[in-house]
Amino acid sequence: MTDTTTTDAAATSTAPTAAGPGWRQSLGQRLQQALAFGTLIALVAFFSVASPNFFTISNLSSILLATAVIGILAVGTTFVIITGGIDLSIGTGMTLCSVVTGLLLTNMGMPLVVGVLGGIAFGALLGFVNGFNVTVLGLPPFIATLAMMMMAQGLALVLSGVRPIYLSGVPGFQQIALGQLVPRIPNAVLILFGLALLLGIILTKTVLGRMTYAIGSNAEATRLSGINTRRWLLGVYALAGACTGLAGVVMASRLSSAQPQLGMGYELQAIAAVIIGGTSLMGGRGSILGTLIGALIMSVLINGLRIMAVQSEWQTVVTGIVVLVAVFADNLRKRRAEGGGPV
Amino acid sequence: MKNTRVALLSMAAATALTLSACGGGGSDELVEDPAAEGEGGDAAAASGESGGAQDGEYDIALVSKGFQHQFWQAVQSGAEEKAEELGVSITFDGPASETEVDAQLQMLRSAIERQPDAIGYAALDPEACIPLLEQAQEAEIPVVEFDAGCNTDIEKTIAKTDSLAAGALAAEHMAELIDNEGKVAVVAHSQINSTGVERRDGFVNKIEEDYPDIEVVDIQYGDGDHLKSADIAKAMISANPDLKGLYGTNEGSAIGVVNAVNELGMQPGELTIVGFDSGQAQIDAIKSGVMAGLITQDPQGIGRATVDSAVKAIEGEELPEEIDTGSYWVDQSNIDDEDIQAMLYE
Repeated sequence: MTDTTTTDAAATSTAPTAAGPGWRQSLGQRLQQALAFGTLIALVAFFSVASPNFFTISNLSSILLATAVIGILAVGTTFVIITGGIDLSIGTGMTLCSVVTGLLLTNMGMPLVVGVLGGIAFGALLGFVNGFNVTVLGLPPFIATLAMMMMAQGLALVLSGVRPIYLSGVPGFQQIALGQLVPRIPNAVLILFGLALLLGIILTKTVLGRMTYAIGSNAEATRLSGINTRRWLLGVYALAGACTGLAGVVMASRLSSAQPQLGMGYELQAIAAVIIGGTSLMGGRGSILGTLIGALIMSVLINGLRIMAVQSEWQTVVTGIVVLVAVFADNLRKRRAEGGGPV
Repeated sequence: MKNTRVALLSMAAATALTLSACGGGGSDELVEDPAAEGEGGDAAAASGESGGAQDGEYDIALVSKGFQHQFWQAVQSGAEEKAEELGVSITFDGPASETEVDAQLQMLRSAIERQPDAIGYAALDPEACIPLLEQAQEAEIPVVEFDAGCNTDIEKTIAKTDSLAAGALAAEHMAELIDNEGKVAVVAHSQINSTGVERRDGFVNKIEEDYPDIEVVDIQYGDGDHLKSADIAKAMISANPDLKGLYGTNEGSAIGVVNAVNELGMQPGELTIVGFDSGQAQIDAIKSGVMAGLITQDPQGIGRATVDSAVKAIEGEELPEEIDTGSYWVDQSNIDDEDIQAMLYE
């Protein structure tokens, strides 16, 4: 049952991606997605054979839930990476947004909707500041978002008074992530798939999406053709920031608390999911569906290794190897495509 | 190809930079916050500047592992309480997180340069601190340790929880609760730092020695991250449908286990959960019956014992090699007792 829903969601988000941005990589991209999807199926098959306790409804539901937070961060940051940028602030930014939501809901006694939208809006603001620093101040994305990562970590600690903010007393808050509108599927998973669908449409069907690819392919040419690349980049960073805010809300909901010391390192897992999904760190190439599959590969892998009681140390090593293999496979494919294949 | 390589290199650089930059940057301004807020803040700041005894007061510099965790805030409050009682002045410093070994060494260095009457130190890394402690010895500043020690031959005392004994205590209660048989698993917070290792080993050794019908089927590490620990616990429960008990070795690990059980929709008591340390969420979980009980340390006791031994060290008294400040079992039956309440923090 769980599995059907996954495939359904994947299928629905295939539609816009397959329709394609009309860029030359669309065939290669579909190949990469097929490769990633094949890997995912192979992993699920492997672990199902290896352990009778892997392919159970309850465990598959756990895997999907474990994908939610990283997945939401990853689909948002896919936009930034397609523009050729990087956002290191999404991990601690997510934490800061969860603290903001926590404060709105407890200290300020705001209604649930305000707390949730406040967290998302604050994330968009963080993203906007990142975009401002990158476009107007001309800082490299790496540096601008590294600075934001540190500021967000510090601010989360300062605003929370270095204490967790407990949200178990806020009626309905935990239902955001853990309620089950669809039986057996936690809402956090629906949020991830819904968001992926929405972002997939934005990336493939809207001007913002076309600009995202164009800036990543050749920012200078895009600018010279009379397009205000700054404005579109600001939009991209703000959009990724809003996703960061949403991830913060979902995490706080799952934990029934805002934990100000968490978050560091989540950005690298999200970036790894994006890369496994076939998005190029050099920009101009990538897809939301790929990222979704990348995030699922990571959580299936980690869950499967845990089910098999593989040592934590080795779990990390294996995840690293998968990132390497994914990038290497993508390179091979790309080189072949450039060397006379169908372009 | 070349471009991708550059990109990957920059990713690696990102990771390295991230870790080190946050080490240095985050801590400096943050560290002063809790000290200023705490009750002894004023006295601490004053002595920090004067650098030595004033009005006959001893000046004691405490360098802890952090302040972020409420555990360290409790240690600090115990230390301040004892300092006031004995009429000495203390400063309390610590890095922003327990991974920032470098930042902490810098704080220890500054403390030594200040020439206080004594130093209290909790080592983040048992080796990296050796040269600095030798330097303190040369400067004839007595050092007492708390929570975690430094591997030197210098004679000194340490005030800490005996974590092996605490882990064994957790095992005894776990065994009793599951009627001395069945499968249990451990969600630990670290395979490196001494508390993580000893709380795990104390538990596992006790089970192996005294309870032949209990099997520890899995040990995994969640870095004390609530989310990661929850996902680990869920995988363990999936992998072992007949699992009877789960032991989380610190607050984040134990809350992860509690969240896992809640997310899976299990009934309170279906799985026996033993936690560690304190915090509102664990207290709530015990009261609601989801968590059977937890092992608490006495962080304020550690703070008090540290300042007390520092004063004794200044006055040249003989000190024991180790002062065990104790660990205690907390469950529904005693959680509201006054002496237990004093050791719990929200």
